[in-house]
Amino acid sequence: MEQAQPQPLLETRGLTKRFGAFVANQAIDLAVYAGEVHAVLGENGAGKSTLMKSLYGFHQPSAGEIWLKGAPVTIPSPQAGRQLGIGMVFQNFTLVPAMTVLENIALFLPDMRGRLQYPVIEQRVQALAERYGLSIDLRRRVGTLAIGERQRLEILKVLLSDARILIFDEPTSVLAPQEVEGFFQVVQRLKSDGYAILFITHKLPEVMAIADRITVLRQGAVAGILARADATPAAIIQMMLGKTPSKPSELQPQSLTSEATTTGQSSSRNGANQRAMVELRQVSALASQGGSRLTGIDLQLFAGEIVGVAGVSGNGQRELGDAILGLLLLAQGERFLQGENATYWSPATIRASGVACIPEDALQMGAIRGMTVAENMILGEQAQHTRFGGLVMNWPGVQKVAAQALGNVFAAKAPRLEVPVETLSGGNLQRVVVAREVARNPKVLLAYYPARGLDVANAEAMRQLLLRCRQEGAAVLLFSEDMDELFTLSDRLLVLYHGQIVGRLLPNEYNAHRVGHLMTGGE
Amino acid sequence: MATPQSLVLPEQPPRTVRTLLLPYLRPLLIGVTAMVCFAIILLLFGKDPLRAYSDIFRQTLGSRYGWSEVLVKLIPLLLCALAVLLPARLGLVNVGGEGQIYMGAWLATWGALSLGDLPRPLALTAVLVLGFIGGGLWAAIPAYLRAKGWLNEVISTLLLNYVAIQFVNYFIFGAWRDPESANFPQTVRFADAFLLPQFGGTRVHLLLPLGLLAAVLIFFLLRYTHWGYAMRAIGGNPEAALRHGFPITRYLILSMIIAGGLAGLAGVGEVMAIQGRLRPAFSPGYGYVGFLISWLAGHSPFAAIGMAFLLAVIALGGDTLQITQNVPFSTVNILMALILFIVLGNFFRAKKA
Repeated sequence: MEQAQPQPLLETRGLTKRFGAFVANQAIDLAVYAGEVHAVLGENGAGKSTLMKSLYGFHQPSAGEIWLKGAPVTIPSPQAGRQLGIGMVFQNFTLVPAMTVLENIALFLPDMRGRLQYPVIEQRVQALAERYGLSIDLRRRVGTLAIGERQRLEILKVLLSDARILIFDEPTSVLAPQEVEGFFQVVQRLKSDGYAILFITHKLPEVMAIADRITVLRQGAVAGILARADATPAAIIQMMLGKTPSKPSELQPQSLTSEATTTGQSSSRNGANQRAMVELRQVSALASQGGSRLTGIDLQLFAGEIVGVAGVSGNGQRELGDAILGLLLLAQGERFLQGENATYWSPATIRASGVACIPEDALQMGAIRGMTVAENMILGEQAQHTRFGGLVMNWPGVQKVAAQALGNVFAAKAPRLEVPVETLSGGNLQRVVVAREVARNPKVLLAYYPARGLDVANAEAMRQLLLRCRQEGAAVLLFSEDMDELFTLSDRLLVLYHGQIVGRLLPNEYNAHRVGHLMTGGE
Repeated sequence: MATPQSLVLPEQPPRTVRTLLLPYLRPLLIGVTAMVCFAIILLLFGKDPLRAYSDIFRQTLGSRYGWSEVLVKLIPLLLCALAVLLPARLGLVNVGGEGQIYMGAWLATWGALSLGDLPRPLALTAVLVLGFIGGGLWAAIPAYLRAKGWLNEVISTLLLNYVAIQFVNYFIFGAWRDPESANFPQTVRFADAFLLPQFGGTRVHLLLPLGLLAAVLIFFLLRYTHWGYAMRAIGGNPEAALRHGFPITRYLILSMIIAGGLAGLAGVGEVMAIQGRLRPAFSPGYGYVGFLISWLAGHSPFAAIGMAFLLAVIALGGDTLQITQNVPFSTVNILMALILFIVLGNFFRAKKA
């Protein structure tokens, strides 16, 4: 099906994009055919997002051309892109939380300029939702939707605007395993209906599962184009990194298993005699927006272990972390930290006692826009970086500390300390936040989806970092939607469903089917 | 693992006259545009705009006396602007400068009327401290309501202005009324010890250096102290600040108390230096103009000094026009509104890359 068609639906010829001195895309040739899934792979900063934004009309190429159905086009704006049938499903969703699902859809419909005819829209949405399995309650406010539902809404929106070329930016990074399967089915159906699908991702298994062709970007240029039949994970990684990985097996998640189980067993054996670093006893708490209320949570975290938390997003993950961090008022139950009753401690006291958190949304929960990277590296610890009797901030000292902390997490190239944090790419921002939290030498580390948005190599480095924290004696609570990640890293696994812990599994009991069953409320 | 992102040599960004000069030309362009628009309005009134502008210049920056009067006007404007910009850095909108002026003046007046004979340094300290407390506590009310999540501070600070003015009037028309000035509701003249020292035979008083000092201190606070860091963090992303254990409630209330205190000092200046007694309506809306200044200055303390100076010239120019050109004082509000419009409308700004 894929290469049979002579003419690509969408094509770039020598597309180059510069930002001032920085070359984000260098002479990119890319061709996407109707009825194919084309994956675009690359490390953080390889230029994937920039390329997609040029295709969508958000950026104007500095040089080169975009061809649509065999004719050169210019796409001056995203509106123009939509009119040409190019639809983008964003990584950070572009929804209005205060509006309902239906209203959000109506906002983007090209033929609804005047009076909004909700019954008409509703019919069209229902038809599409059924055809592609994107069911969603149209009357709910978007602010109350879980993140997976928001993505379904984003896809619906793009389909409704009659796009023929769909660009997905990291579509699976926000989904639970079951949802990924469903998402792939959606993609397959779209493909067989003749849509051209561009798929940006970091996850190799997904590429192997769904892509017809794969374009690998490295340092802004095309490193290679592979048909799926010719692609092997090793070949792709080699293209992405520009060198053969020294030990290819290290990039397979299984490689961690041996270490995880051996040290894991010893640590949990020790754990039985230790007092818990964190203990929640019969904790209940109200839901935050879009989440679930916690009921009857009993949880113990011991030094030197990683406890994985599996669950579909919105089933109490945020509330569980917030209950430990003191951000959520406990309606019932008690919280103990290192044996002390911390039920009434403030968030500041709890953090000061050695609890750190890698939040699920680094920009929203973990960073201050308008402040530099260095300033963000001491968030919450500012009083410790003063001189002259605590009066004046020791900014040179902060720079040193920040550089050191970043150096521990960024293998080669850390972002500059004096740039505003909001200018960083998603992956680099994530690493800045991780570097800050790990630099505190936490006794307890809550890690929300720590590898989300990171490329293969950095995700692997992130996992090693979590293992290092465990080795140094931290109790790690790992929230993840990546089964492989949970299975390889966790010494124990908890499953959350509707704000309750519905499963407690040991490594020999891990299997995707069972966990998936528990996550969706099965017994 | 990560390799350098680009091996291509950096290319110089294009340097044109536009990108190089525009940042400096912008204030000038704003001023000229506003003056041209205002000239048209003066023409509509049948006045000669050139004469009007030369009158304004002569009465303000054209003489030593004019200069001193500009500085006299600058004092309350600067203090009220600082009262807006500090809370603004935490994401608070303080529209209550006017009420805080009145309450500062009220408590200082209470001190001057009831403390009796005090040595001068003590008396001055007393009125300054009381003025600060009066404005500060008044601002603490909306701050507390906001910090508790009960009431938005925009509406409460604004409405409390009217309460404060009536509250002060109640005393001026009642208990504190000077029986000897039957026609004018006002207090008696304060004892000399309570009057702020003035400089060089002009009406410029002690609060000019204090106000400038306050601007410098606020700059220093925000840039170099960990309290200022916390304030910027709270203003930049309240959710992240909360998650990292910042005591947001405490900072919101404290910043509003300091802000209200500064506005209260402006009230002390008007009453203890300019008027010598407490009169009704002694502030012609300094609190609101201060709000304008802070937003024009982008909530930067040093820019606020410059903007306060500019608006002091304009306000004084309004007085001049009233006399020499016989136009109503409110026409000067048109000029201020024009400037606000042009600044907030983002005209003459270099295009973002």
